[in-house]
Amino acid sequence: MSQPIRLRVNGQTHQAELEPEMPLLYFLRNDLALNGPKYGCGVRQCGACMVLLDGKAQPSCVIPVDQAQQHDIETLESFGTPDDPHPLQRAFVEEQAAQCGYCLNGAIVCAQALLAVNPAPSDTEIREALERVLCRCGTHSRIVRAVARAARTQNAD
Amino acid sequence: MPTPTRDTSPSAPDRRDFLRQSGYLAIGFSLLGLESCSGEAGATGSDGTPKQATACPPDTDRIDAWLRVHEDTTVTVLTGKIAIGQGILVALRQIAAEELDLPLDKVKIIMADTGHTPNERYTAGSASIEGSGTAIRRAAATARQQLLERAADELGAAVVDLTVTDGVIGATARGERTYGELVAGKQLTAQVFRDAPRKDPYDYRIVGQPEPRPEILGMVTGRPVDDRDGYVQDMRPPGMVHARVVRPPVYRATLQSFPADGVEALPGVRQIVRDGNFLAVVATDEYAAIRAWQMLRRQSNWEVDQSLPDPANLFNDMPGRVTNSEVVTSAPNAHSDWESATARLEALYTRPYQMHGSIGPSCALAEYRDGQLTVWTHSQGVYPLRDSLAAMLDLSADNIRVIGVRGSGCYGHNGADDVAADAARLALAEPDRPVRVQWMREDEHGWEPYGSAMRLQLRAALDGDNRIVSWVTNLWTDVHSHRPGGDAAELLTAQYLEGGPEAPTEGYLGGGYRNSQPLYRIPNLHIEAHRIEGPLRVSALRSLGAYGNIFAIESFLDELADRAGEDPVAFRLKHLDDERARAVIEEVRQQVEWPVYDAEDGRGWGFAFARYKNEAAYFAVAAEVAYDAETESLRVLRLVGAIDAGQTINPDGLRNQTEGGMIQSASWTTLEEVKWNTNGIVSLDWETYPILRFPEVPEVSVSILDRPGAPPLGAGEAAQGPTAAAIANAVFRATGTRVRDLPITAAKVVG
Ligand code: FES
Ligand code: FES
Repeated sequence: MSQPIRLRVNGQTHQAELEPEMPLLYFLRNDLALNGPKYGCGVRQCGACMVLLDGKAQPSCVIPVDQAQQHDIETLESFGTPDDPHPLQRAFVEEQAAQCGYCLNGAIVCAQALLAVNPAPSDTEIREALERVLCRCGTHSRIVRAVARAARTQNAD
Repeated sequence: MPTPTRDTSPSAPDRRDFLRQSGYLAIGFSLLGLESCSGEAGATGSDGTPKQATACPPDTDRIDAWLRVHEDTTVTVLTGKIAIGQGILVALRQIAAEELDLPLDKVKIIMADTGHTPNERYTAGSASIEGSGTAIRRAAATARQQLLERAADELGAAVVDLTVTDGVIGATARGERTYGELVAGKQLTAQVFRDAPRKDPYDYRIVGQPEPRPEILGMVTGRPVDDRDGYVQDMRPPGMVHARVVRPPVYRATLQSFPADGVEALPGVRQIVRDGNFLAVVATDEYAAIRAWQMLRRQSNWEVDQSLPDPANLFNDMPGRVTNSEVVTSAPNAHSDWESATARLEALYTRPYQMHGSIGPSCALAEYRDGQLTVWTHSQGVYPLRDSLAAMLDLSADNIRVIGVRGSGCYGHNGADDVAADAARLALAEPDRPVRVQWMREDEHGWEPYGSAMRLQLRAALDGDNRIVSWVTNLWTDVHSHRPGGDAAELLTAQYLEGGPEAPTEGYLGGGYRNSQPLYRIPNLHIEAHRIEGPLRVSALRSLGAYGNIFAIESFLDELADRAGEDPVAFRLKHLDDERARAVIEEVRQQVEWPVYDAEDGRGWGFAFARYKNEAAYFAVAAEVAYDAETESLRVLRLVGAIDAGQTINPDGLRNQTEGGMIQSASWTTLEEVKWNTNGIVSLDWETYPILRFPEVPEVSVSILDRPGAPPLGAGEAAQGPTAAAIANAVFRATGTRVRDLPITAAKVVG
């Protein structure tokens, strides 16, 4: 049975009648038309659907909207825009760290959560922080380089 | 019909506004001023004006099939290829911009669309630059020549006295004309002249540069920069409904019953579509479709018509299941040489079924309106898909338009065509609405066509100088391509429809013996390929049989070198005449300072080489692995490669896809194997079919040997086979265990 749900996404509050157990992913993608979080597996194995929940990277495919109400939700869209990209987004462009790009949402969201607590991570720490994200195109080494680059520019600022 | 209330409160932005503003990929081309070609010549558009009908597909002998020059001196390139994550679009733009003397940002591109682009069949086999690139270069060179002639006319100057700078043709003291002024709104329709004067490759300014891919900015911000740059998964046209298809437990099963009432009572469900053994549900929103799908899956009854065979016997059974054999190359003396040889070696290698495993499950949209079907797809072949859909749905191909849209990386023929067929069938049941279907993860894992398992038996003989005198390969494999190709039979959807085609067509065995012939100098070479009909659904996976064949050949080369007591790299060079082959090997040898035997305990380097298809890119690679006996773990630490793909169009793109191929192959080689039992596929998620994750991914580096003036060679698949063998050879050096059965897991090293 649907019920009123209040969600705070990218700084805005949304109210909707939703099935409480519906995964957050579908609300973000279909009700808010956000493209960052993507469906990959639905069972927290691939990281394509990652969002920040109170600053921590979490798979939105397994978080019911009901539970998400207590948290501050941020998606890739809140980081930056094509005109004004976030340092992480800029670093991915500079490193051309993409093939198909389907995994990049998860990679950037996890990287952001990492840099928030560890501004100068080693390559090993970056790899560990991205463990939950699968990339099938083999873009891993570029992605790690992009995160390291973003850390450097952020620290230089 | 019950629909969930989903209207947001007044404080929140209106949902439909969101859809209108951000989620909808424009599908028209008014911005580009391109008319759509369609089957109905003389028909009128929605505004009552007559449609400008061009032939469909366009006549590829004409310039305007490949590019259009606009009045503002920009150019739109049309390619029948689709972006599959390897940067093909920027490379094709570079080729056109170079030949036309235009800045790169003045050249746009439209990819595969049966309403616009040439019919280039499939984006596959690393052939896009060789095929589409060559055609676009010729069309651009012809266009430039035509524009020069027009300018000469108008300016009263001779062509030789004209200069071209950024689309402006000038003659000293006689003024100048832009491309836009010269075409004045009319297209260049002349025949493409094969030998139109083209630029000297040594003068290239745009080709050969590491031009960045503009779409990456859209990918990392979640906002496509161009309306054609989004993913098909992210399309949300107004009025869209969602559907899911319920597949049977095994390939061959008959639907007995399903919980119609229960599912129809679920909120949001619009209808259940059942056609023979095809069962699907359409709902107003995605979550409703998924819940209905779950209920249908749990509560439907299927009678299994044929269960799967026991996987344990797969490779042993192969020789007994041959349906036909082909002699790939024959050497009458191969057998007598064998008898008289000084040293003989024989080995059996296997490669299991492996999957494409796209991170984004396959997705498509379809809309059936006024007798016209439009399909948005990430299929690698829009024209063959259009014809296959026409056959499946009994529609005229003229009434179907198939539009290529970016998807998750596919690495060959994955579920893209099948999900498009699902969407098309369901669009007929839901006319006037776009129907979106995305496969669930278990659909993708369980139903995509896998890369075929292979059994490879190699034997070779050495003479007194330790040279290979004869070589015999027998290989057993299912076919490596079941692309739709215009038939309905290869579409998964069609196979389950009432009265649908039963057995898939023959398929393509040739892919099975791709790269089965070593490039090495071997006086007597005999190769036979035996086709078996394997138990699992198969089709083209990146590099087809080349992966298994090169793994076997290059592992065997090391085994022969060992037998000869020679260094494996020197042993290869001793049998190679091709200078470019030798050059990539030398490059890697220098990079890693081969020979590197004296590594610490449990570590070792291995080497391998191949020329993809024996006619495309050259690739050599060294792998370093580490085996930890205590934790019984095996890791690939480093991959160092060198590639020669002829003249490089975009070095960064080439490096990117080669690195990607190396990492992907390392994953296939050390982890991947589709598991099944008699009840069906067991590998249905990333736990039952693991792939490499970030912490285990090797460091990779690639050197490019550029060959200005040489034809560009397909490179996207060059790394797959050599990387596998380099890892196998490294594992042998590190542990003394020769693993001949892929994947090379730590368990096999111990065992
Ligand atoms: S879709 Fe959420 S982890 Fe895969
Ligand atoms: S770039 Fe394609 S999955 Fe990572």
